[in-house]
Amino acid sequence: MTWEPVIGLEIHVQLKTRTKMFCRCPVGFGAAENTQTCPVCLGFPGALPVPNSTAIEWVVRLGLALGCEIAPRAVFARKNYFYPDLPKGYQISQYDLPSCINGRVLVPLPNGDHAVGIVRAHLEEDAAKNVHVGGRTGRIGGADYTLVDYNRGGTPLVEIVTAPDIHSAEEAKRFLQLLRQTIVELGISDAEMEKGTLRVDANVSVRPEGSDELRTRCEIKNMNSFTHIARGIEAEVERQVAVWESGGEVEQHTYDFDVATGTLTPRRAKEEADDYRYFPEPDLLPVEPSAALVEQLRAGLPELPAERIRRVGETLDHERALVLVTGGLDALWRDTVAAGAEAVAASNVIANQLVGAGVDPGGVDPAELAKLVEARERIPRQAFDEAIARVAEPGFSAAPYLAREAVSDAAALEPIVDAILAANPAQVEQYRGGKEGLLGFFVGKVMKETKGQADARAVNELVRTKLNVDV
Amino acid sequence: MAITAEQVLHVARLARLDLTDDEVERLTGELGAILDAVSKVSELDLSDVPPTSHPLDLVNVWADDAPHDSLPLEDVLRNAPASERGLFRVPPTG
Repeated sequence: MTWEPVIGLEIHVQLKTRTKMFCRCPVGFGAAENTQTCPVCLGFPGALPVPNSTAIEWVVRLGLALGCEIAPRAVFARKNYFYPDLPKGYQISQYDLPSCINGRVLVPLPNGDHAVGIVRAHLEEDAAKNVHVGGRTGRIGGADYTLVDYNRGGTPLVEIVTAPDIHSAEEAKRFLQLLRQTIVELGISDAEMEKGTLRVDANVSVRPEGSDELRTRCEIKNMNSFTHIARGIEAEVERQVAVWESGGEVEQHTYDFDVATGTLTPRRAKEEADDYRYFPEPDLLPVEPSAALVEQLRAGLPELPAERIRRVGETLDHERALVLVTGGLDALWRDTVAAGAEAVAASNVIANQLVGAGVDPGGVDPAELAKLVEARERIPRQAFDEAIARVAEPGFSAAPYLAREAVSDAAALEPIVDAILAANPAQVEQYRGGKEGLLGFFVGKVMKETKGQADARAVNELVRTKLNVDV
Repeated sequence: MAITAEQVLHVARLARLDLTDDEVERLTGELGAILDAVSKVSELDLSDVPPTSHPLDLVNVWADDAPHDSLPLEDVLRNAPASERGLFRVPPTG
C-alpha cells in the first residue's frame, strides 16, 4: 500500500516590536537577565495589561498577506496553567475569537501552485526563559532547581495554524520558506529559527493514498531549521507507516526530534493535558479594527514573495526562481538582468557565488555586477572571485578585474587584433617595411576597441607577434 | 450539588493545591453554592443578548509601541524567596 502523509503546521513568530505585548518594557536580545521586566510582565498583583497597537496592526498585516479574513471583533482570553515561565499563572492569548481566520496561501511548486489553508493567526504573549540547573543533563528531567529570566516573558507572538493540507516533508519546507520570507518582507519579525524568533511544530499523520480519512496524528517539536523539520517529518512518517503496516495502531503523542541521531523521543505525557480553562481576559477590551484601518493595511502590502516566484519563474526555471525570491535576491537579479546580464547566468552568479562569498546583496551596484556576470567566462577565475567578494564595497568598479582578462586569455584578444590589422592594411605594410614605431598605433586601436580594459603589455606582445609572423 | 468532589480535586491538582479530605468536602459545598448562585442567570431568557466579554462599552484601548523604563533589578527580585545572579530561583520543574 502507498501511504500519504497528512501534515499541519503550527508556527510561532516573535514580533520585532520595540516593546512587549501588554506592557512597555523593551524587547530585545542581550540585556542582563530580568532587567526588561515590570509589574505587568512579572505578574505582580493588581498590574493591568495594555495591548501594543503595533502588534495589533502587524497581526492584521500578516493575516492579509496570508489571505485571511480579518475578524471585526477579536477577544483576548486567559489560558491557565502553572509553570514558572508564566508568572501570572495564565498566558493571555486570543482563543475563540482570533484576529485572522480562513486564509489560504498558494505555494508555488515545480508542478504548479499548491494551496495551504490557514486556519487562524492570532496574537499571544511569549513565556519566560527557564534555565534548568544540575541533574544529569541540565534538561528538565532530574534538574536540581530552575532559574527564570522574565525578559522574554510577554514578548508579542503570532501563532499561525495551517490546515492539514501539506502532503510531504518537501512541501512543508517550501511552505515554510515562503512564509518566512513573507514575514521578513512585511518587516514584522526577523523570523530566525536559530534565534527562536520562528518556531515550528508539525502535526503528522498518514493515510492510504487516495483516501480522505484523518488518522491519529502525532506532534513533533524541537526542530530548529527547515532541513531538520523536513527530516523530522520524514522520520515520523516512516515510523507511523511501520506501525500501521505491522498491524499496530498509532497513538497520539508528542515527540522531540533529535537531529544528531535522527530519532524521535516521546515527551513525557502531561498528567492534565490541555485543561486550560480558557475564559475572556477581563482586564482587556475587545479588538475591533475599523474597516478603514484594514483597507489601509491591505493597500500597504508589498508585492508578496509567492507572486514574485511565479513572475521570476516565467523567465527562469522554478528552482532558480524559488532560491532567488526566498533568499531575498530577486530584486538584485532583476536589476542585474536589466543592466545587461544574461538571466540564467545572473541567477547562478547571485545565488551561488555571491551568496557563497557572504556578500550583502543590498550593497551591490547591479550595473557593475552585470559586467562581471558577462565577463565571467573571459576573465581569470581568480579575478572573478576577488571581484565578487568585493562587489558590495562602496564605489566598487568592475573595470580593474575585467582588465585582467587580457593577461591570461590571449584568445579573447586575438580576434580584435586580427580585425584591427585587417582594417588597416596600409599601416601593416609600412610596419613590415621597417616602420616599427607604428606598433603603438595598433596597440592604441586595440585598447580603444576594448574600452581600455585590455592589458597593454599583452596587447603589445600579441600585435608584435602577429605582425612578425603573419607575413 | 453543582460540583462533585472529583471536580474539586481535579481543579485543585491543576492549581497545584494539596487539599485534605476535610477541605475537599468544605470546598465542594462552598463552590457548589457559588455555582448555584451564578446559575440563576440561566433562568433568564438571554437569547437576544450577545456574549459579553467585558462590562465596559469600550473597544480598542491600545498603547503606542514606545518603551518605558523597566523596574530596577533590585525591585524585581525584592519579593523573590530565592534568586541567583539576577535570576529567580524556583524548585525544579517537571
